[in-house]
Amino acid sequence: MKIRAQFSLVFNLDKCIGCHTCTVVCKNLWTNRRGQEYAYWNNVESKPGIGYPKAWEDQARWQGGWVKKGGKLTLRQGGRAKELMRIFANPAMPEIDDYYEPFTFDYAHLVNASLSEAAPTARPLSQIDGKKMDKVRWGPNWEDDLAGDFEARAQDRNFRDMEKRVYAAFERTFHFYLPRMCNHCLNPSCLAACPSGAIYKREEDGLVLIDQNRCRGWRMCVSACPYKKVYFNWDSGKSEKCIGCYPRLESGLPTACSESCVGRIRYNGILLYDADRILEAASQDGEQDLYESQLGLFLNPHDPEIVEEARREGIPEDWIDAAKRSPIYKLAVEWRLAFPLHPEFRTLPMVWYVPPLSPVKTEIEQGNLLPSERDGILPDIASLRIPLRYLANLFTAGDERPVVAALQRLLAVRHFMRARVVEGEEDPVVLEAAGLTVEEAEEMHRTLAIANYEDRFVIPTSHSESALDDPYAYQGQAGFAFGNTAGHGMSDLDLFPRRRTQTPASGGASDKATLFGKRGHSR
Amino acid sequence: MNLIVFGVYPYLAGTVFIVGSLLRYEREQDGWGAYSTQLLGSRRTMVWASNLWHAGILLVFLGHFAGMLTPFFEAVGVPPLAHQWIAFTAGTAAGTIAMIGGVMLLCRRFFNSRVRAASRFSDFFILLWLLATLGIGLATQAVTARDLVNGNVGSMTIFEAYLHSLATLRPHPALLAPVPMIYKVHMFFGMTVFLLFPFTRLVHIWTVPFNYLVRRYQIVRARRTA
Repeated sequence: MKIRAQFSLVFNLDKCIGCHTCTVVCKNLWTNRRGQEYAYWNNVESKPGIGYPKAWEDQARWQGGWVKKGGKLTLRQGGRAKELMRIFANPAMPEIDDYYEPFTFDYAHLVNASLSEAAPTARPLSQIDGKKMDKVRWGPNWEDDLAGDFEARAQDRNFRDMEKRVYAAFERTFHFYLPRMCNHCLNPSCLAACPSGAIYKREEDGLVLIDQNRCRGWRMCVSACPYKKVYFNWDSGKSEKCIGCYPRLESGLPTACSESCVGRIRYNGILLYDADRILEAASQDGEQDLYESQLGLFLNPHDPEIVEEARREGIPEDWIDAAKRSPIYKLAVEWRLAFPLHPEFRTLPMVWYVPPLSPVKTEIEQGNLLPSERDGILPDIASLRIPLRYLANLFTAGDERPVVAALQRLLAVRHFMRARVVEGEEDPVVLEAAGLTVEEAEEMHRTLAIANYEDRFVIPTSHSESALDDPYAYQGQAGFAFGNTAGHGMSDLDLFPRRRTQTPASGGASDKATLFGKRGHSR
Repeated sequence: MNLIVFGVYPYLAGTVFIVGSLLRYEREQDGWGAYSTQLLGSRRTMVWASNLWHAGILLVFLGHFAGMLTPFFEAVGVPPLAHQWIAFTAGTAAGTIAMIGGVMLLCRRFFNSRVRAASRFSDFFILLWLLATLGIGLATQAVTARDLVNGNVGSMTIFEAYLHSLATLRPHPALLAPVPMIYKVHMFFGMTVFLLFPFTRLVHIWTVPFNYLVRRYQIVRARRTA
């Protein structure tokens, strides 16, 4: 067993109102730069819909993720030699129009236009070549609130195995938002596809990052990520992706998208898992077994033996404590209310989704769902064929059972708390039918409905003291920055002598002698 | 003049090539890469153009290196005239492939407004320079063809002797006196590519990721230095 901690998130889709605050915050914080205008490290899609970039879920087209071939796990876009053959031009790489051509508006014209009968208009200008655009034809959220005609949105891959004729009925009953960001996968295919070895997973918290000094812009990660969450920066010529707001996480703050979420739908925490079994978990034969096999990786932080082993492997005490209080552990592992997005891509994604109750509620309100025989109160969700099939295609590779179980528990908690708070009655019958105790229901309610800050975010601070011999010697140096500003050379030998910056990536460089100078710093 | 261009300039270009590359690798990783514009469009053109260009130019480079700098052909017992025939046919074929791809890339760079907007001066310049070098190189084949018909391997022997004199640090530029001008122009353009190399996107050649064939799929970086 090799115990590692993984930073992870849960999104409670039931409460997402599609306000895009997360997207705007992320955009302003990280990608408001030349070359990344088109990129949204975090975006919110309206489902059903083809999403951003167009039809990203269609791996026959985009070749993302892993496949099992001849009993072995390989990248869908091809093995190592095939990938190197395609290094000059990657045929599976999306183009800017698959995202959208980023634009601004000619605001100056509103002020500078000469006097005329008609009011001047601000025409869209491309943010790439600066030219006037005749018409904006696509955007990062073109299908917002089911905009556009259904025929186009029905290209959504999650409609697979469903009959075309039910789509129209579907449209009247079902609509929800899907916020998306990098999943910081346990078995990342972007990382595996990087020819330069520039992408890496941080051992301490599992964030998947791109070393901008090592990235050569070969673009294989862009196509390899099945979620299309690696973005090529056309200005720097290198790839970029969500960094999990690590400068914030390291200080114990939630990611910016999570902190700013007005619906309080985002949860941040850590999970302990067994890194030795990653490959095994991702290599299950059946696609529908992948959800269970991924859950099987997570270790119970309340088990004294696991805690003992974690201590032995050097996981800090406050991280073990955070794992015990982790909202992710409760929602995804203990209560099984949250699911990974498209486990069939075999990357073991670590952003989890609580499925939306909205289709169930709509059906109840329209009188289409009758109470089941089980408790005489809650409807039989399993009769909701269309939305269930859709949600299962999204979260469990098509297995409806776990989704039904989660929706039933959510509905039972909702009914129980409503009876208690609004009608002043205790109604444990529904809970029993859903297999829940009153205490569990109360805790679920506190976590999901009240969602206090301290229940949503349990983030242990980083232990940078373990990476630096002498933290004091490094104070006041450049921190996070784009470009060359934070770098002091690649090699241990320093051509131009100056005090070396010791970073986790170049760890230990300070101890080596410089070419013309004396030792980097004294201890 | 001959001394400066063919005695001094090769070493100047070579020094800038090596030292410049090392310095840029060490200090300027920010811009070190292939600087692809594939994202910006014309996928179908790009797939053909880029593959033709790279395949052609790599063969051309391999041909120059193996044919003139190393005693490869002598070692396997190919007589000089046959050597020149092989060089002529393979070189013309590879050069033509590269030229087709290169011209496609050039059109894309100049006429696709997005690609043009994302291009820096050095991107235009190095592509034009490489195409000029390639074009002159292909033009020399006309002279080579005449030599071949006459069974004359004199020029090729001179180039080999001259390159060996350069490689062994005993430059002998006077050797080149009887060689037709067009070869010399091609050589000057070629040497200048090395001079320009560290200042352009060509540095991506230094970091061709062969390591990918053998590395583990997953990479984990530890924070702990111990």
